[in-house]
Amino acid sequence: MREPVIKTEKLTKRFGDFVAVNEISFETYPGEIFGFLGANGAGKTTAMRMLCGLSIPTSGKATVAGFDVFTHRDDIKQNIGYMSQKFSLYEDLTVLENIEFYAGIYGLTDREIKDRTDELIQKLGLQKEAKHLVASLPLGWKQKLAFSVALIHRPKVVFLDEPTSGVDPVTRRQFWNMIYEASANGVGIFVTTHYMDESEYCHRISIMVDGNIEALDTPANLKKKFEADSMDEVFYQLARGAKRQAD
Amino acid sequence: MLNHITKTYNDGDIVAIDDFSLNVEKGELFGLIGPDGAGKTSIFRILTTLLLPDKGMATVVGYDVVKEYNAIRGCVGYMPGRFSLYQDLSVEENLTFFATVFGTTIQENYYLIKEIYEQIEPFKNRRAGKLSGGMKQKLALCCALIHKPEVLFLDEPTTGVDAVSRKEFWEMLKRLKAQGITILVSTPYMDEATLCDRIALMQAGKILSLDTPDNIVKAYPVNLYAFKDENIYTLQQNILANELTESCFPFGENLHVTLKDETDSSLQDLLKSLKERGHEQIEHQKITPVIEDCFIRLMKE
Amino acid sequence: MKQFFTFVRKEFYHVFRDPKTLLMLFGIPVVQIVLFGFALTNEIKNSKIVVADYAHDNASAEIINKIKASAYFDIQESLMSHEQIEEAFRSGKIKLAVVFPANFNNDLVHLNHAQIQVLADASDPNTATALTNYISSIVNDYQMALLKTQQIPYRIVPEFRMLYNPQLKGATNFVPGVMSLVMMLVCVMMTAVSIVREKELGTMEILLVSPFKPILVVISKAVPYLFLSLVNLTTILLLSVFLLDLPINGSILLLYAESSLFILTCLAVGLLISTKTDSQQAAMMMSLMGMMLPTLLFTGFLFPIENMPWPLQAISHFVPSRWYYIIVKSVMIKGLGISQIWKETLILFGMMLFFLGVSIKSFKIRLA
Repeated sequence: MREPVIKTEKLTKRFGDFVAVNEISFETYPGEIFGFLGANGAGKTTAMRMLCGLSIPTSGKATVAGFDVFTHRDDIKQNIGYMSQKFSLYEDLTVLENIEFYAGIYGLTDREIKDRTDELIQKLGLQKEAKHLVASLPLGWKQKLAFSVALIHRPKVVFLDEPTSGVDPVTRRQFWNMIYEASANGVGIFVTTHYMDESEYCHRISIMVDGNIEALDTPANLKKKFEADSMDEVFYQLARGAKRQAD
Repeated sequence: MLNHITKTYNDGDIVAIDDFSLNVEKGELFGLIGPDGAGKTSIFRILTTLLLPDKGMATVVGYDVVKEYNAIRGCVGYMPGRFSLYQDLSVEENLTFFATVFGTTIQENYYLIKEIYEQIEPFKNRRAGKLSGGMKQKLALCCALIHKPEVLFLDEPTTGVDAVSRKEFWEMLKRLKAQGITILVSTPYMDEATLCDRIALMQAGKILSLDTPDNIVKAYPVNLYAFKDENIYTLQQNILANELTESCFPFGENLHVTLKDETDSSLQDLLKSLKERGHEQIEHQKITPVIEDCFIRLMKE
Repeated sequence: MKQFFTFVRKEFYHVFRDPKTLLMLFGIPVVQIVLFGFALTNEIKNSKIVVADYAHDNASAEIINKIKASAYFDIQESLMSHEQIEEAFRSGKIKLAVVFPANFNNDLVHLNHAQIQVLADASDPNTATALTNYISSIVNDYQMALLKTQQIPYRIVPEFRMLYNPQLKGATNFVPGVMSLVMMLVCVMMTAVSIVREKELGTMEILLVSPFKPILVVISKAVPYLFLSLVNLTTILLLSVFLLDLPINGSILLLYAESSLFILTCLAVGLLISTKTDSQQAAMMMSLMGMMLPTLLFTGFLFPIENMPWPLQAISHFVPSRWYYIIVKSVMIKGLGISQIWKETLILFGMMLFFLGVSIKSFKIRLA
């Protein structure tokens, strides 16, 4: 049996009386693309923050990349990658500088930084643009670069926060190809999104409603179970009853 | 309603909209569909008189967007990309404010927004900044509708809103259309295309295709197959390596595949060669393309 | 009209719902008044002084030579009457006057006791004190020198008179300064930021698309801030009267009228900034760098303008707050009427028209 990269057991976060995340339990595995879905205010962001070591859970258990979220948050940070929808690249630095910067803050040696930067530039085909400012790149390339940068320190699991909104379908495909490739190399992928068509690219998905995980399975099984044509419909059936309108 | 818009818009060296023509009929629900940077927002701004076109001319409700901008400003409703509300004003104050600015009152056209407003009414004293995405969207729509515009411009109204709210939103649009309001809506989401009467697929300031969603799908020139296997990534590598393949890209859980110069035996040949490479369990199926498939194909042409 | 009032009401909502804005609006004047009350030092280089020598004898000539020898003063010798001296003070031409009475040497030699009259413009108390100290030390030096050569002790008694501000209150200086600073800050920054915020939010797009006239947008932005600034002005005046015991000598009505003029100028500048910037930060930076600094530097309440090199002095002429500062000082402290400050008023009015014209012209009825 493979070791899970993320494992949670009754993980809970309360803010005063408000239960943002209520006893969620799930496991994800190396190479698995795990979709983490939910409406606005369902508790996705809070859950993800706990898993990234940015917020301490109220109760329950969780390990990420084998480290405990209560006691080893610094180790977790060293072993995960993170990419948000804003890409978190410095627009006023060049492609090269961005890569070197992120490699640097993860404490790679100079040798590693150089090798991996070269390799990455090669792979993305950005040789010509390496010395250009990131601001001048098209959206799709920024996205690919951001994803590659999130992987530069070879994390065991990478968190993607709504990664593909707004790009054209072809670029989006290329992006998913990169995700598949990373997954084929054994990296665990954790994607949050509220776009259902995106979720169908995932191996397994969970759907959060009002702080609880209401469904967790492969997209195909979920569609079968809810007798729905699309994930959109599955989600609609589940989330319609949501009481929270927070955010 | 909107006649023969032909315009080039040069912003420095960047051509946002390139010789663009479009004709929207009265009472139509028309969708501009394309990714970020396709020029959707620029078109909306030209039509709402916020930007001047460099070339070409456009009319809205028969008024010229350059010369008669004042007349247009009175009879269109506009909801910009971000929900443009005053975050520190309450729901009710926002609505009252926009009603007054447009020279009307909430009561006058209440029938038009009643259905939508009732959903957010329980929160009418809450500051707009504290609303969820879906509620902001509804409030913004109310504000855009309050003066009973003849044409409604909605720029990416569903971006950043969850699936439930999106679905409800499109249902609202259908009801508004039934009231005779012409609606021009833009979206980066291809799956919303089928909800429009007619759509323009846009890329880099140009129209790739303009027709009803059905016709666009019908115009897809080749057969499209969906492939599925345990390991999608290696399957895709192997399909792409095959010389029979024209294109292969992931689509949800499947791979969508088209073949080069397809003959009766092409598909079987491909399957056979994939089996030889160890893909024993391939599921495959001929499918009807969706708008996204069409868009991908048109982009590549 | 109803649209207009709705808009104005909305602006007030914005202000009153944001604690930070409120703090800035009403906290700043109080803090500044207290702060500037303490730390103020001025230099007195090249102060203009007038020497009226009615004595024309050896003793007076010698003292005058000593004064002339000092690098600090810019001396003008003329036989002015007391009325003329008074007039010169009012117009701000001189900082200090030294008057030798007709029988100076005679008194000194025969009575062993003579008087000099030293008049200083104390509305600038630091300068006044420094100058009078300087004069008295020169006179003392002369006395000592006389003592060495003569056996009889001669006594020269300078009689000091501080004009306008007999108690040498520093407040007279910085209250007008703080007034111009606060008006500038509130009006320029608030207007600029509040308009740019609408651009950022996207609400500006909707307003432009609405039948509401763009010019009305501008006016409805201006009205609340004009009102708030007048409230602010009242706060400052109350503080200075009751906390700092600084009376208002001139007409309050005139003071408010002049202040409104200055506020309008500032609003126009704020509007201009808002048309040139697209983010709240940029607008704030521009207001601070472009307005706060010149106000601090070139108004004359921190650093006397007359001590500056001429290029800076020239620049100071283009800073609206410099003129407002002069006006406030004249009205509030010297108790002068419009007849004495019409020139400054006219300049300020011209500036207001200029900024308003430029900003309305560059206020876009479209986005680009």
